[in-house]
Amino acid sequence: MATTTVPKQIGARVRRKEDPRLITGASTYTDDLKLPGMAYCTVLRSPHAHARIASIDTSGAEATKGVLRVVTGRDVQEAIGGLPVAHKIEGLLEPPHRVLAIDEVRYVGDGVAAVVAEDPSTARDALERIEVEYEELEAVVDVEKAAAGGPFVHEELGTNVAFTFPFEAGDVDGAFQDAPVVLRQRIVNQRQIPFAVEPRAVAARFDRGHRKLEIWSSTQIPHLLRTQLSVMLGIPEHSVRVIAPEVGGGFGSKLNVYAEEALVGHLARELGRPVKWTATRTEGFQATIHGRDQLADVEIAASEDGVLHGMRVKLLQDLGAYHQLLTPVIPTLTVLMLPGAYRLRNLQVELKGVFTDKTPTDAYRGAGRPEANFIIERVLDLIADATGIDPIEVRRRNFFPADAFPADTCTGLTYDSGNYQAAVDLLLETVDYDALRREQAQRRERGELMGIGVACYVEICGLGPSAALPAGGWEACTLEVRRTGRVVVKTGVSPHGQGEETTFSQIVADALGVGLNDVEIAHGDTDYVPEGIGTFGSRAQAVGGAALSMALEDVRDKSRKIAGHLLEADPEDVVFDEGKLHIRGAPDRAVGFQDVVTAAYMADDLPEGVEPGLASTRFFEPSNFTFPFGVHLCVVDIDPDTGEPSIRRYVAVDDCGNVINPMIVDGQIHGGVAQAIAQSLYEQAVYDADGQLVTGSLMDYAVPRASYLPSYELRRTTTPTPVNPLGAKGVGEAGTIAGNPCVMNAVVDAVSHLGIRHVDMPATPEKLWRIITERD
Amino acid sequence: MAETVTVKVTVNGVEHEARVEPRMLLVHFLRDELDMTGTHIGCDTTNCGACTVLVDGVPMKSCTMFAVQADGHDLTTVEGLGDNGGLEPIQEGFHQEHGLQCGFCTPGMMLVSKALLAENPDPSEAEIRRAISGNLCRCTGYQNIVKSVQYAAKKIRTGSAESTVGGGAS
Repeated sequence: MATTTVPKQIGARVRRKEDPRLITGASTYTDDLKLPGMAYCTVLRSPHAHARIASIDTSGAEATKGVLRVVTGRDVQEAIGGLPVAHKIEGLLEPPHRVLAIDEVRYVGDGVAAVVAEDPSTARDALERIEVEYEELEAVVDVEKAAAGGPFVHEELGTNVAFTFPFEAGDVDGAFQDAPVVLRQRIVNQRQIPFAVEPRAVAARFDRGHRKLEIWSSTQIPHLLRTQLSVMLGIPEHSVRVIAPEVGGGFGSKLNVYAEEALVGHLARELGRPVKWTATRTEGFQATIHGRDQLADVEIAASEDGVLHGMRVKLLQDLGAYHQLLTPVIPTLTVLMLPGAYRLRNLQVELKGVFTDKTPTDAYRGAGRPEANFIIERVLDLIADATGIDPIEVRRRNFFPADAFPADTCTGLTYDSGNYQAAVDLLLETVDYDALRREQAQRRERGELMGIGVACYVEICGLGPSAALPAGGWEACTLEVRRTGRVVVKTGVSPHGQGEETTFSQIVADALGVGLNDVEIAHGDTDYVPEGIGTFGSRAQAVGGAALSMALEDVRDKSRKIAGHLLEADPEDVVFDEGKLHIRGAPDRAVGFQDVVTAAYMADDLPEGVEPGLASTRFFEPSNFTFPFGVHLCVVDIDPDTGEPSIRRYVAVDDCGNVINPMIVDGQIHGGVAQAIAQSLYEQAVYDADGQLVTGSLMDYAVPRASYLPSYELRRTTTPTPVNPLGAKGVGEAGTIAGNPCVMNAVVDAVSHLGIRHVDMPATPEKLWRIITERD
Repeated sequence: MAETVTVKVTVNGVEHEARVEPRMLLVHFLRDELDMTGTHIGCDTTNCGACTVLVDGVPMKSCTMFAVQADGHDLTTVEGLGDNGGLEPIQEGFHQEHGLQCGFCTPGMMLVSKALLAENPDPSEAEIRRAISGNLCRCTGYQNIVKSVQYAAKKIRTGSAESTVGGGAS
């Protein structure tokens, strides 16, 4: 970003502008809304994984005092279209996905009927007065059996395989032919429940005067939601307004279009009253997307010097019962990112997306990339183990070298910039690796179990070029300097905890020489911010911030022209500095920024050809993705008596390009690593043989608590991206992508002398205890 | 409407009285009857702690308590935090140490931390982690929440504290 003065705010640990309202209880989340005349919606959900609906009797609910409306799938099938899937996958099977099931339910939590009542308790009570007769069908639970044949989740398809995605690059058979090291490993990414602490919630109001539907939703993508609701409800897009108020975390689970968003909108329109629906936690677990659930069978060809020459990967993605917005797209990202940080040239992948009678899977923090990185980083450790070469050295031998960038992968990506060995070098400056290995050897002699895990990563961020995404990859920004000097930024990236109100203010403050508090960042209201895509894929800064930079350049150019005119100087010689614009080298020849703003609006003394006002709207279309990278190390101790693992030390070296606010970037790494540790050691969504979600509440699903997690030591290298004017690559998912293989490599390392080569996640005490005791 | 009973509570120093159903949870009473929506609902099983309030100074998950059980008691919610219109140390700690991201768990986290510091003015990291372990945060990984509580502890003990998030990566 071109600034004429030394950056003062960019790069500073500015405390967040969002905080004051959040720490005083003055913020408004969707469930906090209470509109005049509001009615309350609840949804009856299937208790069965797979069943035919023989009958639904809603009369008891309808007769309940205070109940305003009860609807079933049939009642709304004309009024509400199916749920969308956005993809570019050839031949994808797209069975209908209704907002409420018709005739058949396909997962525990599938919506069957909805009630609207005067108050929430009545709406909940009325659910129990709906009589549904189910005829149970055999549930499709095991993904391998589902891929092989019937029974089918969607009988009419005659298969559970929604798509196959074959990929081949290089000479894979040649790579395996005389390979001295050939290894095989099954690598599983177990099903995860995203769990944003704020449950999903939707409120809607139909403005009859303007024929306009207003929807408040806890969403990451208000603009995409607006478009999809317009299609689903048959309302012109300009007559739909979506507002994402304060959003209590997303992690991908709110990067979607959900049944309740359309249902509540429809009911509000039909009843002529505002309607609100708020998920219970169990609904949050059953009827909000899950993540991961990928099974990989990997074959590895390597040479004795530890170089990876080829991989064959068979991937099965458990899609769940239906496509949600990006369900089939997620595992295709896994395919793209399988090479990781390495010069792998020969790769064969066969990906199948498979329906099962479970909650749909979709984007969960990292979205396809943690799966890829877990595979490739486990592969590098398997090679290290087989060749007897240290894992760090194996990585060095396979890296794209620093002079290889831009570097082409065999999957058709071009890594923008990087220096992977530099990140490893910084790690080795931070950690006395040899001392850790010596300590490990000593502890082993004493019968103690200590493991050291290292994992590198490259992630694909700044999503992304529009040509590569199913629904546009650009971002929009409107910058308005009001006549009072107030700078208003309207950004299409609607945050949910990422602190953009602060970071975007920092960018503006440096560019225009104004104070942070002179800047207001507006987001999350499609009427106020007309265009945007959303916050996901670590794109807010790299794409949204880039659009802001473009708009700032326009405003700076125009301000310089006006200031040059007022100062009778060449605009090229005008620089911005702390609320003033002055002639380069002559700080006394200055006008205040406010004088320029006033001149722009008084408009009685503007230079030739300059129109009144001071504003710009720009769209940024990235020319490529960005590819952040890094290396993490952790030390794990396992109690030999109980199998309980504990992380003694966790060091992260990350490179996300230029950093606007290091405090916020650190926070993103902390949270990402915590979610990786969660998957590695604690969390697994479990279905029983009948397709019942056994981990249906926080009683059973082990989201880590403060006492489970370590502190993290963070280091950073900085390799800017050429893809956008900020040089920022994105950081939201890095920790999640690096963390799983880092922790699991350490776990395996701790028990490798017992002959263990791989441990499945989550590495629970029970699992580790069995491994240890069975080997004794 | 079912049978109702009278509930009289003091919330943040102000007395409130309302007639509610006996089955009404305290968290719904605060949010729906008193319109104090700073107390959040994150689960229905008393696991997440987003609804934590102080009842006579003791942290309670307000989704586990009926409103009638709070009758006659003195409650503190996030809306009651703050000194003379400014931030009190625990709020300042969360702000200074970047102890929050999406902010949803934050009211409960601050209240449970406030109760800890009232009992133990100089807690160790392990004591802080244990004290907040009834409250879930998905954004921060807890590290900066621990620092926020340490900041507040120091501020209360010595009258001043310095932020540490200036450390970390640079």
